[in-house]
Amino acid sequence: GLFVWHLRNTGVRQIPCRFVHLYHVANDRLITFQYFNFLKRMYVTQCNKDLSQRAKPKSDSIVSPFRELQQLDQEKKVVHKISPVSPVHQSWSEMSSRTELREMKSAAETEDSVTPVGAESKEDRQWKEMKLRLDDLPGILARLSKIKLTALVVSTASAGFAMAPVPFELTCFLLASLGTGLASCAANSINQFFEVPFDSNMNRTKNRPLVRGQISPLLAVCFAASCGIPGIALLTLGVNPLTGALGAFNIFLYTCCYTPLKRMSIANTWVGAVVGAIPPIMGWTAATGSLDAGALLLGGILYSWQFPHFNALSWGLREDYSRGGYCMMSVTHPGLCRRVALRHCLALIGLSTVAPVLDITTWTFPVISLPINLYISYLGFRFYRDADRSSSRKLFFCSLWHLPMLLLVMFTCKKSVLEKEDKGDLPGGSHETSVEIRLP
Amino acid sequence: PPAHSHRDWIGPPDRHSNLRPVIFYVPPEESALERRLREARQEAQASNQRFWAQHNRAFRQEKEEFIYSRLKAKGLEMRDESGQKATLNAEEMADFYKDFLSKNFKKHLQYNRDWYKRNFRITFLMGQVALVRALRWLRWRKKNVEQ
Repeated sequence: GLFVWHLRNTGVRQIPCRFVHLYHVANDRLITFQYFNFLKRMYVTQCNKDLSQRAKPKSDSIVSPFRELQQLDQEKKVVHKISPVSPVHQSWSEMSSRTELREMKSAAETEDSVTPVGAESKEDRQWKEMKLRLDDLPGILARLSKIKLTALVVSTASAGFAMAPVPFELTCFLLASLGTGLASCAANSINQFFEVPFDSNMNRTKNRPLVRGQISPLLAVCFAASCGIPGIALLTLGVNPLTGALGAFNIFLYTCCYTPLKRMSIANTWVGAVVGAIPPIMGWTAATGSLDAGALLLGGILYSWQFPHFNALSWGLREDYSRGGYCMMSVTHPGLCRRVALRHCLALIGLSTVAPVLDITTWTFPVISLPINLYISYLGFRFYRDADRSSSRKLFFCSLWHLPMLLLVMFTCKKSVLEKEDKGDLPGGSHETSVEIRLP
Repeated sequence: PPAHSHRDWIGPPDRHSNLRPVIFYVPPEESALERRLREARQEAQASNQRFWAQHNRAFRQEKEEFIYSRLKAKGLEMRDESGQKATLNAEEMADFYKDFLSKNFKKHLQYNRDWYKRNFRITFLMGQVALVRALRWLRWRKKNVEQ
């Protein structure tokens, strides 16, 4: 509450081009508000799950609680014959908040305490015909492309776009977002295509479409191609070649470097952090057409953020990683895992301070972001010192709200374009006239 | 799966390997290409099943042995007073996980290579079969239209 009040104040003071700026702020706040709500729901779901289950500790990714809820819903429908996959899948992919709340309540009620979360529903235990049903296809493709992760990636790209010091162009923004989204879908599909037997053996991922045989590998590859090629073409031709090149490079990095590297060396985490850092850079280059220091700073912030986020998550998945043959720091170099997470939490503070130096934000940004950066660093320190499940979970959940909040604060502290241009001019009057000229 | 079905059927995950077995449908007029595809898939399935069943079994066994030896070193029994199985906490298990991963590293590298090769080959064959089928269907359509 206090934050928002302060932000609103700063917003009103700064802007010559008030309308556009407020539109930005409203938009971004709406997007991040929805994101925040979505994260809050995830958090509550996690809490419910923990209260009702007593199976051995299993950390969940962002996506898994929904899958588990979906299975539990299926348990209630007693299926005796092979029937088309229930409409639960589709309601999941549509993601109405009411459905989620209902499912959460039913999850809390129906779940048994002892059975592990991956409890097979009746339907899951039956033999299924390997036939592609067209009405299931949207849900299947959504899961194949990890649609929620894609949505988060697109939102970081739009944050990059919004932070670029140029006037906002709606068509460019939409094209860049769409292109990034398609590229992300393609990369995620190829990743799942490569990892079928490994995904089957890990609790977090065993309900993916290729694992369950709901779609053939050929179709997965065709889908990836039909997303990736138009996506990159859209970025190259509709936005600019630099963004297209970055998009193509990111797909390559994710599918051909990160995915195989996961099973060969712990270096995969650093490669993965770069993969996560590129989308905001793409957003920035889409707006400005060039790779400035600002783009690299935003990329740097996201790069650093990946480490506390992923290292904390992987701390609870050590058994599955060990059995599945994944080389992760949390398994092979646990001390390094925690050190790196803490190091990068502190780096976030440093990067936030560099932002005003590069003229991207005002000096209020490091000041306002200091509390949240200090908090995540504190949790990172606790994780470093305690190295237990509860500190890793705290750090992970903190990282989920820390990033959108940081980006939001950054956006509201963004240095206005006009302010920079009119640095030498008289205040007040000249601003008004420049506004009048611009509006048609 | 029912006898009259013309499609492949996929089953629940196997208890040991966690992989879902597939029963492949053999059409009466199966072409040589289709047969190659089916055989490749069957072979991959069998090989994956072997690998993961053995691997998971080894994991479970070694985990038990580890827990047993650690509990013994601490002077505890496998089961406590209430009859519950005694477990070690995550930090103690971490040593085991690290050990197990490094022991099986080479095995995984070899398996990865094989899996990627098989996966590409099967998908490529699927593509060929799909293409042949599409051409055949187009030719049949053309014939029907002409008649």
